[in-house]
Amino acid sequence: MKNTIRQVFHSPKFVGGFVIFVAILLTMIIYPLFNPGNPLEQIGVGTFAKPGTYFSLYDATKAKTDTFRLPEADENRLAASLSAEDRVAMVEYFTAMGIDISELDTEDTDTLLQMWEDNYDPSVRPKGMTGAKVNYYKRLNNSLQDLKGGDTLVVAEEVDGELVESKKISTTDYVRTGAVANVKTLPLGTDNFGRDVLKELVSATGTSIGIGLLAGVVATLIGLTFGLLAGYVGGFLDDFIMFITNIFTVIPGFVLLILISYSIGQEQRGAAVVATVIGLTGWTWTARSVRSQVISLRNRDHVNLSKLSGHSLVRIILTDILPYIASYVVMAFILQVSSGILAEAQLSLLGLGPRTTEVPTLGLMMNWAMLYSAHTNGSWWAYFPVILVITLISFSLNLMNTGLDQVFNPTLRD
Amino acid sequence: MGKVMLEVRNLKTKYVTRFHEDVYAVDGVSFAIEEGKSLGIAGESGCGKSTLALSMMGYYFPPLHYMSGDIIIDGQNISGMDPDTVRKTILGNEIAYIPQAAMNALNPTQKIIRFLEDVVHAHDPKATKKEIREMAEARFAEVGLPLEALDKHAVELSGGMKQRTVIAVSTILNPKVLIADEPSSALDVTSQKMVIKMMRQLMESGHVKSMLFITHELPLLYNVTDDIMVMYAGQIVEKGTAKEMVFDPVHPYSHGLMGSILVPEEGTRGHKLAAIPGAPPNLKHPPDGCRFAARCKYATADCRYTSIPEKSFGEGRMYRCLMGIDELKEVYSHE
Amino acid sequence: MNEPARVQKDFSNAPLCLSGKGVTKVFGFGDKKTVAVDHVDFEFHEGEFVSIVGESGSGKTTLSKMLLGLSNATEGEIFFQGKPRDIGSGHKKKEYWKGIQAIFQDPFSSFNTFQKIDTVLLDCINMRGGKSLSKGEKFNMMSEACHFVNLEFKELTNKYPFELSGGQMQRLMIARIFLLKPKILLADEPTSMVDACSRATILDMLLNLRDEIGMTVIFITHDIGLAYYISDTVYIMEHGKFVEYGKADEVILNPHAPYTKRLISDVPKIHEEWDLSTVDLKAE
Repeated sequence: MKNTIRQVFHSPKFVGGFVIFVAILLTMIIYPLFNPGNPLEQIGVGTFAKPGTYFSLYDATKAKTDTFRLPEADENRLAASLSAEDRVAMVEYFTAMGIDISELDTEDTDTLLQMWEDNYDPSVRPKGMTGAKVNYYKRLNNSLQDLKGGDTLVVAEEVDGELVESKKISTTDYVRTGAVANVKTLPLGTDNFGRDVLKELVSATGTSIGIGLLAGVVATLIGLTFGLLAGYVGGFLDDFIMFITNIFTVIPGFVLLILISYSIGQEQRGAAVVATVIGLTGWTWTARSVRSQVISLRNRDHVNLSKLSGHSLVRIILTDILPYIASYVVMAFILQVSSGILAEAQLSLLGLGPRTTEVPTLGLMMNWAMLYSAHTNGSWWAYFPVILVITLISFSLNLMNTGLDQVFNPTLRD
Repeated sequence: MGKVMLEVRNLKTKYVTRFHEDVYAVDGVSFAIEEGKSLGIAGESGCGKSTLALSMMGYYFPPLHYMSGDIIIDGQNISGMDPDTVRKTILGNEIAYIPQAAMNALNPTQKIIRFLEDVVHAHDPKATKKEIREMAEARFAEVGLPLEALDKHAVELSGGMKQRTVIAVSTILNPKVLIADEPSSALDVTSQKMVIKMMRQLMESGHVKSMLFITHELPLLYNVTDDIMVMYAGQIVEKGTAKEMVFDPVHPYSHGLMGSILVPEEGTRGHKLAAIPGAPPNLKHPPDGCRFAARCKYATADCRYTSIPEKSFGEGRMYRCLMGIDELKEVYSHE
Repeated sequence: MNEPARVQKDFSNAPLCLSGKGVTKVFGFGDKKTVAVDHVDFEFHEGEFVSIVGESGSGKTTLSKMLLGLSNATEGEIFFQGKPRDIGSGHKKKEYWKGIQAIFQDPFSSFNTFQKIDTVLLDCINMRGGKSLSKGEKFNMMSEACHFVNLEFKELTNKYPFELSGGQMQRLMIARIFLLKPKILLADEPTSMVDACSRATILDMLLNLRDEIGMTVIFITHDIGLAYYISDTVYIMEHGKFVEYGKADEVILNPHAPYTKRLISDVPKIHEEWDLSTVDLKAE
């Protein structure tokens, strides 16, 4: 036994899968300690805030400022506030003025501004340009000059119905992030309901693994019991169990899953119920393969000897059969967990997952992202990390399974 | 004295294991087989019989590795040849090898004639199918195999027939040496007798020039081969003619082996069977002295630490023991 | 080699231990029907060493399974100690199995590899109703059993069966029988997978054990030389039928049935010429 475990941990594939899985589990446990609270809390108003660090603008104006004269400040500010339309308009202006723009890159703010500086002449009205357009270019030029420094922003407060200047903010004023009272980092932004995606994802991973484990336990227990009984007892019981198993095998499992989930109804579908339903539809191949293994074992001499020693059926199954197929059952269990997680994701994507009010699951997150068109409006952070986590879990479990297979099945060893 | 067909000189080979603990499975074996002669190798399982057979073909693939010594087939030294050359030029036409349970190794999806074509084409790519069929038919008729078997699949033949077909296929190119590793131990006695008869017929007709026969069944060996070698822990402990070995074994190990023979003949019922306690030594760390010392009733302290030379006596006989022949016979007579 | 030959004892007057009338086993039905054991009658006496000799496919293993009560006969009846054997219920089966035990061919598959040797032997003591014995007494019994088969119990404690060699495992099986002291021992080719040297040891131990606890041994083998060496009575089986049976000396040295004659002549011998000239290669 000890030796087997040592062998298992010498298998690079198993260790690889194990490390990934344990890393996911650890994140699941540790992350909520640093970021406690309800993962389904709607912190944002509006949908899909981009990933990043947010700090309160109000608190920033109140915070103590320091003055820095940073050389690249103007360029950065210009680059950040120069919209794509303005850039296109600038190019249009150059074209109208008959300037060669073949080597101009609109993303290169420095060159673009340099060219604007050299070529903009408010006094010249290019041929065919409307008056409105001329005024637009004048305004654009003014705002560019303002952004280049020296400009100040005036903060005014309302006192007795009048606006009173309370603070001036110059372009060289800086606030330390730590000095701002409210800063919120959202590494994966928010979702359609304005919830922290990362927090939700960690919680969902936990729920989904739980669902997978429960589904795996249910499926393995049913499959193991049926397989052991059918294989060892044989005869009528075998025929009967195989009849049921065959029925379950020919009905496509996923269709069955959809029908059961649908008929249970939204209100009754908690995570545990969904997991049990997944387990109840996924046991057939465990039963089949356990049965075939038991059949090859039941005529072995040590089983015969155990019978001759007067041992009971239960004892023979538990001590003379089960240990021999234990490694196999563990592998089957791992695969059941993996397919349980995937089945939950598929069900939830169809809107048949656990009810949405209590816990997030990986499948539900995908469902929400899909319903609110995250994939069409470019909010990748709402669904891509979910896909990645599902893939990683599935990958690590399958890797562990392959590693175990190589240890337990000598014909696969290299 | 006939022409020497196969000579092995001080052959040493080892198995390289994963944890760098080499197993010296064949450790300094020398013998020769003359044309028209057959040699038997006897010994317990795990004593290196099958490894010796593999080593002798010069066809080494991991974990088996060649260390030193010569293998000379009809004057040609094949030791140290690379396995690919050995496969193309030696196997099949110089040495034919029938491994244990060979009959179960036939690809069930192919007809017997296809195996023959494979064997012939490996050495003569130009041979036409017609030529091969004629050759095969002649040989099958000669050894009493039905010609229909050529167009059958292996699964359609009975166990004994399958094994005889395997032998016919592997000897189609008239090899100089036939190495047969337990060719009949999975068969019923009647089929076994037919296999042996066929092998002997191949020898008599000169299609097979010499034979090396490996089995743990001593009565069979006695009846099949001219000479017998007894192997123990990778070494040869005694060599002699079949008759001498069975009725007058010298080495304590062969004495024990011969004492455990069981045959349905008058008088054998009363014998006390000789039992050798213990198990062969681990060849990862072979003992310094006599390898059999730990299980030998007559071993002294000297046996455990002195390296034991091969001693020749009689007509081409050899044994490996510290004690003299008279001394050994003396002890045996008191049992 | 000078020991006196074992005398051929006569068991025909000894009380019956296991006997059968018209015992038949049929597998499948219709076109696929195979009769593995075909209406065999037999009488095994108390203290007798019986060999059932047959080639592969002769039905000897099927018969042994029926004798052990591991499978039911399609037809016919088996008598245990003169009375019809009743193994209808689980309880009665357990009672029957106190009287009959087995040693199988493959020692490597005869042991549960997850159980220690101590467990295997303790189980036997418990089965013989020794559950209430003190630890010391149990230890002594196990040591005695191991000593009988030339093993040292102290070295075996906390070991697993697969750490032993094939010969040692078969000896441990004999130790198990020594503790169980059954009326009948069915040995199904117990030496075919061990080396010639260990074989002699095991055979001698079986003979000693038979004398020690006075049981009947049913020895199943394909090796007629082995059967001759060890048994009092020999049954020759061909295609599910006993073609000849009788005292070992009579059957082996003076066979009547053509099958027995062929079987004996086909086995290589060392004192007589093994006649290959009669073999017709085209016969098959």
